[in-house]
Amino acid sequence: MSITYLEAIREAQAHALRDDPRVFIYGQDVGAFGGAFKATKNLQKEFPGRVLDSPISEDAMVGMAVGAAIEGMRPIIEMQFADFSIVGFNQIVNQAATLFWRTNVPCPITVRLPFGGTEGGGPFHSQSIEAIYAHYPGLVVLTPATVEDAYSMLLEAVAIDDPVIFCEHKFLYYHLKAEKLPSEALPIGKARIAREGRDLTVVAYSAMVHEALVAAEELSAEGWEIEVVDLRSVKPLDTDTVIASVARTGRLLCVGEAWPWGGVTAEVIARVASEGFGLLDVPPQRLNAKDTPVPYHPNLWMAHRPTARAVAAAARKILRR
Amino acid sequence: MLQTVLDANPAGETINARDTTLAAYRFMLRARVLDDKFAALYRAGKIHGGVFLGRGQEALSAAVGVSLKKTDVFAPLIRDAAGRLAFGETVLDAIRTYFGSSLGPMRGRDGNVHRGRPQEGYLPMISHLGAMISVVNGALFARRMKGISGTVGATCLGDGATSTGAFHEALNQAAVEKLPLVLILADNQYAYSTPTSRQFVCDDLADKAVGYGVEASSVDGTDLAACLKIAGNAVARARSGHGPQLVVAKLLRLCGHGEHDDSNYIDPKLKNSPLGRDCLKVAEEFLLRQQWTDTGTLATWRGEIVTEIEEAVAQVRREPAPDPYDEKWLAISSKHLSEMHEE
Ligand SMILES: Cc1ncc(C[n+]2csc(CCOP(=O)(O)OP(=O)(O)O)c2C)c(N)n1
Ligand SMILES: [Mg+2]
Repeated sequence: MSITYLEAIREAQAHALRDDPRVFIYGQDVGAFGGAFKATKNLQKEFPGRVLDSPISEDAMVGMAVGAAIEGMRPIIEMQFADFSIVGFNQIVNQAATLFWRTNVPCPITVRLPFGGTEGGGPFHSQSIEAIYAHYPGLVVLTPATVEDAYSMLLEAVAIDDPVIFCEHKFLYYHLKAEKLPSEALPIGKARIAREGRDLTVVAYSAMVHEALVAAEELSAEGWEIEVVDLRSVKPLDTDTVIASVARTGRLLCVGEAWPWGGVTAEVIARVASEGFGLLDVPPQRLNAKDTPVPYHPNLWMAHRPTARAVAAAARKILRR
Repeated sequence: MLQTVLDANPAGETINARDTTLAAYRFMLRARVLDDKFAALYRAGKIHGGVFLGRGQEALSAAVGVSLKKTDVFAPLIRDAAGRLAFGETVLDAIRTYFGSSLGPMRGRDGNVHRGRPQEGYLPMISHLGAMISVVNGALFARRMKGISGTVGATCLGDGATSTGAFHEALNQAAVEKLPLVLILADNQYAYSTPTSRQFVCDDLADKAVGYGVEASSVDGTDLAACLKIAGNAVARARSGHGPQLVVAKLLRLCGHGEHDDSNYIDPKLKNSPLGRDCLKVAEEFLLRQQWTDTGTLATWRGEIVTEIEEAVAQVRREPAPDPYDEKWLAISSKHLSEMHEE
């Protein structure tokens, strides 16, 4: 048997619905149709009355989830694309994110965001917006890079009492496969060493982990040993694992598919610079998408986002210093 | 152009009805042939990303396009190939955008239906549903401030998009400012897979207008003659100061949401109902019944259009794709304020 990243997300939701009567799924076309990407395929049939098509009303979708959470439910909201979650942004960052802090009543909602670039996606179906959510206190922001993490982190997202922004990468949906679903997992908030090495730490998350791994393989042929750290969750951010890795390698490259300004890569570098400055042999670097909207044509898109080749090139520059 | 004939001569309806209807029909036909070509290219794997067709909505869309003047503002949506052509878009612009040609209006930066020429009053949609309406309001508002009178702004929307907050905010805004907005609502029974029963419970979307104090009318969206009349009337009323106009057309989407979608969820009863009629066939039958044309002429037109589109596609396919090394990776116009530093 082999299971894709997308199937793992579906299985995690089936599992959550089966185990916990408080869970329900609400989103556009998630019912009989099974969602734009089929992440809720057959769930409406299996769990009647608990997988519901919403109107095209992102603000109201999130607002309703918050109200239901106050009543003790554990809603999962599917945004059709991460890009459209911005229409529900107010409810997420001002309602869901502040509730516990203001009232001591938790807000256990999970908002699933199919995010990231794919060929021909263009400016409004490609965005990586984890950083703007991470900016707001009160939210947990997850970015699984593997099939196993997609499954176990989604289960944990539903289980924890805080609002979770679950960023699932569309590029990984079908590409990524595993033999079976995991029975245990690292807890949320712990980063993972995806590949060990001693010459350079590459910190990445979500799809960029795979670009970093390909780059590491390429560089190993040149004699370099690259350590790849998969953040798994961007908020909370596992600074300890990153700093421990930098302590071993003395060099840091941070890779993110999102725009550079004020993003996750900037945060990682800020933390390493302030808490582990003495561990760095050379200035830390980062590689992000370019500071323009995400282009449509694949020629432009490939140049806009960091690719394995770009990661390898950036790594070489650091290694040669 | 025909529009000017119509405007100059509102009383001479019968003479001009013929010309207008024939012109609108030809835009419908061009849109259908163009859409069919995009679908074929999609199936052949020649298009990056999705392809979204307006099959079944050409009558409504063309009616809007021919009712506007070149100096008006138009913000079409995904199913408006016909209206775009009628408003003056070239097939080259459409094809270049689908192929991401660097010579197209979007230069490969944006694609498929996300195209326009804002400097010509032809606004490029973003994907976020409902978001264009207030932008049209803004254009109309500005023209009023600049002392330009007589402009109308039209924009199109689906049944699903009426569930967005943006739709309600913008319609109310247009009413408050008494703007010459014509909001065309294609109630095509589905929003992607979601039937209208999960979207709203009023009998007719035209009911939405009442609460905002906006004039509304409903029309059979499969009937070109009826669409021309209703759209023409709404544009005329907006132009003559009666404030925003909501036009609701009932029809059926005769294709998938996009070409990736087999749309097997569409109720066969709807397909066999009057809503499921193909507006292009209905228009042809109407034109023949009126003896405004004959089958030979219809076949000739189709042949000419097929040739035009095949040639345009062949031309665009020889054009250069965008080159990332030539690309200006700069999202703001004030170059001196840019933080971009090329690696
Ligand atoms: C704010 C927002 N949410 C979700 C989407 C995703 N989406 C694109 S088209 C569509 C369905 C639109 O249905 P409708 O408005 O009826 O137009 P139709 O496709 O039927 O022409 C959806 C949900 C979007 N584009 N914008
Ligand atoms: Mg619709």
